[in-house]
Amino acid sequence: MTDLTGDTPPPETTAAPKRAGHGLGANLLGWLQAAPLTVILVGFLVAPIIMIVIVSFWGATEFSIYPAFQFDNYEFLFGSPVTYRVFLATFKYALITWALTLCIGFTVAYFLAFHVRSQTMQIALFLLCTIPFWTSNIIRMISWIPFLGRNGIANQTLQDWGLIDAPLEWLLYSDFSVILAFVHLYTLFMVVPIFNTMMRIDKSLLEAARDNGASGLQTLRHVILPLTKPGIMIGTIFVVTLVMGDFITVRFMSGSQKANVGRLISNDIALLQYPSAAATAVVLLATVLIIIAVLLRFVNIRKEL
Amino acid sequence: MEKRTTSFYVLAAFFGLFVLFLYGPTITIGILSFQGPQGGLTFPMNGVSLHWFRDLFQEQAVGDIWGAFRRSLALGLMVMVSTVVISVMAGLAFRKRFKGSGVLFYLAITSLVIPSILISLGVGLIFNQLGFKIHWATSGFGSQLTWTLPFGLLIMFAVFNRFDRSYEEAARDQGATAWQTIRHVVLPIIAPSLIGVALFGFTLSYDEFARTLLTSGSYNTLPLEIFGMTTNVTTPVIYALGTLTTLFSLLIIGAFLLAAWIMGKRRARAGSDAGQGV
Repeated sequence: MTDLTGDTPPPETTAAPKRAGHGLGANLLGWLQAAPLTVILVGFLVAPIIMIVIVSFWGATEFSIYPAFQFDNYEFLFGSPVTYRVFLATFKYALITWALTLCIGFTVAYFLAFHVRSQTMQIALFLLCTIPFWTSNIIRMISWIPFLGRNGIANQTLQDWGLIDAPLEWLLYSDFSVILAFVHLYTLFMVVPIFNTMMRIDKSLLEAARDNGASGLQTLRHVILPLTKPGIMIGTIFVVTLVMGDFITVRFMSGSQKANVGRLISNDIALLQYPSAAATAVVLLATVLIIIAVLLRFVNIRKEL
Repeated sequence: MEKRTTSFYVLAAFFGLFVLFLYGPTITIGILSFQGPQGGLTFPMNGVSLHWFRDLFQEQAVGDIWGAFRRSLALGLMVMVSTVVISVMAGLAFRKRFKGSGVLFYLAITSLVIPSILISLGVGLIFNQLGFKIHWATSGFGSQLTWTLPFGLLIMFAVFNRFDRSYEEAARDQGATAWQTIRHVVLPIIAPSLIGVALFGFTLSYDEFARTLLTSGSYNTLPLEIFGMTTNVTTPVIYALGTLTTLFSLLIIGAFLLAAWIMGKRRARAGSDAGQGV
C-alpha cells in the first residue's frame, strides 16, 4: 500500500518542473484542488471551534450574551459536582457501548470474512449490515418504543411465558435502553473497519497456522486478532467519539431522565446560556481529542483504507 | 469443499440474530403504522387501516412535514453534489505531496470525530454574532458538509490507494494533458466509487440531526420535524411518517446500489473505456 504523501515523488508533474514534487507548481495545483475542502473545514470547523473557545470566556444575562474575558464559566463548571457525575456517566456509556459493539462487531465481521465462502454472498450480507446506517437514526430510536414500552412486545412476551408478573419498568427510559440504542446505532462502525482489515489478511497465514497444529481458537487468538487490531482501533475511534458527543440518543431513550455531557451542553443552549454551553463544549472537545490522540498512536488511518 | 463446522452454524445463528436486531424494530413500526384508527403506539393491532398515512397528508394534523421533506430533499441534493466534487478534488490533491496536506488530513479527521453539537453551537454563534441569517441552505449546508466530506475523503483515499497509476502514465505518454488525463482516464475509472460518495453525501445529509439543530433557522429539515413530533405526537402517525421516510431512504439506497452494480457489470463486459475519449 503506498502512502499517499509517501516516498515516491508524485508523477503528476505536467504542470510543474520535471524534477519537482516539492516544487511550487505541484504545491500550487495541490492547493488549488484542496482549496474547496480547506474553505469548508476552516469556515465550518476551525472557525466554530475558535468561536466556542472565545465565547466560553464571555458572560451571559438571562436574555443575552456579552463579550468579556472571565473564567466564571469554567469555575462554575469545575466547581459543580454535577459536572463530574455527568462526565462519569458519559465515560460509562462509552465504555459499555464500546465493549458490546466490539464483541458483536468482531463476531459478525469474523463470520462474514472467514465463514462466508462466496464473494457475492459476502457482499450481499455486508450490505445487509450497512443499509440501516443510511437510514434515519431518529426513526431507528423511535422504533424501539413498541418493543420496550410498558405494554411493549418484550414485556408481553415475558409475561406470557410467566417469567415476570408485572411489566419491567426499566426496559424503556433507562440506562439499559440508552445503551441498547447506542449498540443498535453504532455496531456498524465496528463491523465495517474490522471486516475491512480481516479481508486483507493473507489466507495462507491461516493455513500455515493450521498446518502447524493450531486449533481454530488458537488461530483466532494468535493470528487473526493481532492482525485485526488496526480495524478494531478505527472502530473504537468511531464508537467512542460518537457516544461521547451524543446528546439526542440519551435524551430520547432515557425520556430526559439521564444525562451525559452532550445533554449538559444542549440544556444550556436551550436556556440561551451560550457561554456556559461553550465552556462545557471546550472541555468535552479536549477530552475527546485526547482520547483520539492516544488511539491514533496505535494505528495509521491512511494506510488502513 | 470441506464440511461446515459447528462453529459455522453457531456464528451463522449469531449473525441472523444480529440482522434481526438491526431490522426488527423498524419492521415493527412498519407494521404498527397500519394500526386501526383507535389503535395505540404498541401491539395489539386494533384493526388494520391506512388511517395514519391519510393523517400525514392532511397538513394541519402534524405540522409542515411536506415542506420539511422538500427542504431535506433539496439540501440532500446540494450536499451530495458538493461532497462528490469537493472530495474528488481533495482526493486528487492528496496524491501530491503539497505542503500542509498533513494538517488538512488531521482537520478532516477532527471534523469526523468532533461532537456534532459543537459544530451546531459554533456555527450558530458565528452567524448570530456576525449578523448573518441562519438558514438551512447556508449555515445548515456548511455544517452538514463537515460531516459528509470526511466520509467522501476517506472513500477517495481508499480508491486512490488501489489506483493503478500506469493508466495515467500511458495517457500521458500518448500526449494527454493533465486535464485530459483526469477527464478521460481517472474519472471514468473511479466513477463507481463516486456513486458511493454520492450515496453517503445524500443519505447522511437527509438524516442529519445534531449538526442541523442550531443551524437550520426558522424552517425545519425533516429529521428536526420528526424529532419535534416525538415530544407532542402520541399517535401512530409518527410511525406512518417513519415508515414512509425509511421507505424513501431504502429506495434511494437501492437506486444507488443498482447504479453501481450496473456500472460494474458493464465494465466487466466491455473492459475499461479509459483513454477512449480523447
